[in-house]
Amino acid sequence: MSVLPAVDVQGLRHRFGDHVAVDGVDLRVMPGEVFGLLGPNGAGKTTTIRVLNTLLPVQEGDVSIFGLDVRREQTAVRRLLGYVPQQLSIEAALTGRENVAWFARLFDVPRRERRERVDDSLAAMGLLDAADRLAGTYSGGMVRRLELAQALVNRPALLVLDEPTVGLDPVARGGVWERVEELRLATGMTVLVTTHYMEEADAMCDRVAMMHLGTIRAVGRPDELRRALGPGATLEDVFRRETGNTLDGEEIGKGGLREIRRTRRTAGRVG
Amino acid sequence: MRSAVLAGLPAASAERPPAPPLWRTFPSRTLTFCLVELQKLSHDRTELFTRAVQPVLWLLIFGETFNRIHAIPTGSTSYLDFLAPGIIAQSGMFVAIFYGIQIIWERDAGVLNKLLVTPTPRAALILGKSFSAGIRALAQVVVVLVLSVILGVALTTNPLNILGTFVVVMLGSAFFACLSMTIAGIVLKRDRLMGIGQMITMPLFFASNALYPIAVMPAWLRALAYVNPLSYEVDALRGMLIGTPSHLPLDFAVLLVAVTVGVTAASSLVGRLAR
Repeated sequence: MSVLPAVDVQGLRHRFGDHVAVDGVDLRVMPGEVFGLLGPNGAGKTTTIRVLNTLLPVQEGDVSIFGLDVRREQTAVRRLLGYVPQQLSIEAALTGRENVAWFARLFDVPRRERRERVDDSLAAMGLLDAADRLAGTYSGGMVRRLELAQALVNRPALLVLDEPTVGLDPVARGGVWERVEELRLATGMTVLVTTHYMEEADAMCDRVAMMHLGTIRAVGRPDELRRALGPGATLEDVFRRETGNTLDGEEIGKGGLREIRRTRRTAGRVG
Repeated sequence: MRSAVLAGLPAASAERPPAPPLWRTFPSRTLTFCLVELQKLSHDRTELFTRAVQPVLWLLIFGETFNRIHAIPTGSTSYLDFLAPGIIAQSGMFVAIFYGIQIIWERDAGVLNKLLVTPTPRAALILGKSFSAGIRALAQVVVVLVLSVILGVALTTNPLNILGTFVVVMLGSAFFACLSMTIAGIVLKRDRLMGIGQMITMPLFFASNALYPIAVMPAWLRALAYVNPLSYEVDALRGMLIGTPSHLPLDFAVLLVAVTVGVTAASSLVGRLAR
């Protein structure tokens, strides 16, 4: 029997008015993989993620999560997901424990299991000692871990992380990745993550897809992609090669001024 | 400790027990959002006091003054008795009418996206949020009720009537919270919602029977008062709290229909906030 892919995206197109944010994306993530979606801001990563986690409708193409059609079986898909958006999104006026218990209820965790699962999620993220403090007093790294605990309480089959380390200091970034890696080792959870930090993707992802202007330019294992370019090449070099011609005429015309600014900002950051 | 917990976590699986039926999801989500609102209130009670200032001023200054000059014909009921239920409804409405700001804030903070990715139908999310506005309004109402007793308003002592009061305030506030979230789904920006909220609260308040009986209004204002759910809320509150003649079945029916329409409108627009 063949294994159902955790994520199966075919011919996905998504537009906002005249702007085509995702332009024909095919993507397949297998169960247990940590899969990285890489690209500058405006590449279409977040739009892709929002379509497959049901926040945006599927306009064109086919998307399924563990064999469930995202168009027709939204609620069933949501029950399989854990989602951590780009912003640091917790309820600051609640304690850490209340934040997690809230999501346990929203994911229909049975009452008799609730307390234990909330505690386990907090403990797995190293937050048990701070659990009864208001989340508003947490550091950025702790907020991220609290969000992971909120997602974890559902025991997701697919964990979707949108730029999980953006805005965090290097130590907190390391902490977040360490927790994700531990989780994956302990549970075999599938993780789909977007990032524009190439070194992090190189170290943490089993496979990556490089996205630019709404299309996927390269897919593969980080080491294979690097080796194909030549000895000593970094993932960043691969990324530049696949997407780097962004500042010449043709490409610029596609994305417009906003795109150039975004790309320049990202280039500044990754370079 | 952490490694022990990690080792104890079950393997990730796409198998799920059957989903709970919708008739259980709606009340369960509503209770969840109400509980969260109570937890937030318990951590920060300052709002209870700051929001009490306005109704206190209405009752203490406006109420006491008009009680003395007998300018508004309220029959055998004293003006202060007549006014108290109106101020209760008004303070609930003032809490609820800015509730859409919270949903916009949650959108900006990414919380709304996370809520929308849970297995919660949008209508259940809106219903839950609107009743949690009712919880906040209720906390306010308790303050105004206590103040009314201190000022000597002839309030009922029947516990059933008090309970009915709470239900009516919940329904009324839920409607105004839905109205606010509907506007939020249209304007999408906090500042615009603030402006519109400021613009509509006073007209909603004045075009109702909260301050004066509908009978003394000019015809055009009377027409507005008859389509304003606040009038029905006040009518029910007056009937139950001070025993004036009221139209309870009609009042409840109007409020229930208003909440249903409000939830439908707001839940069809909330997706716009997620884009």
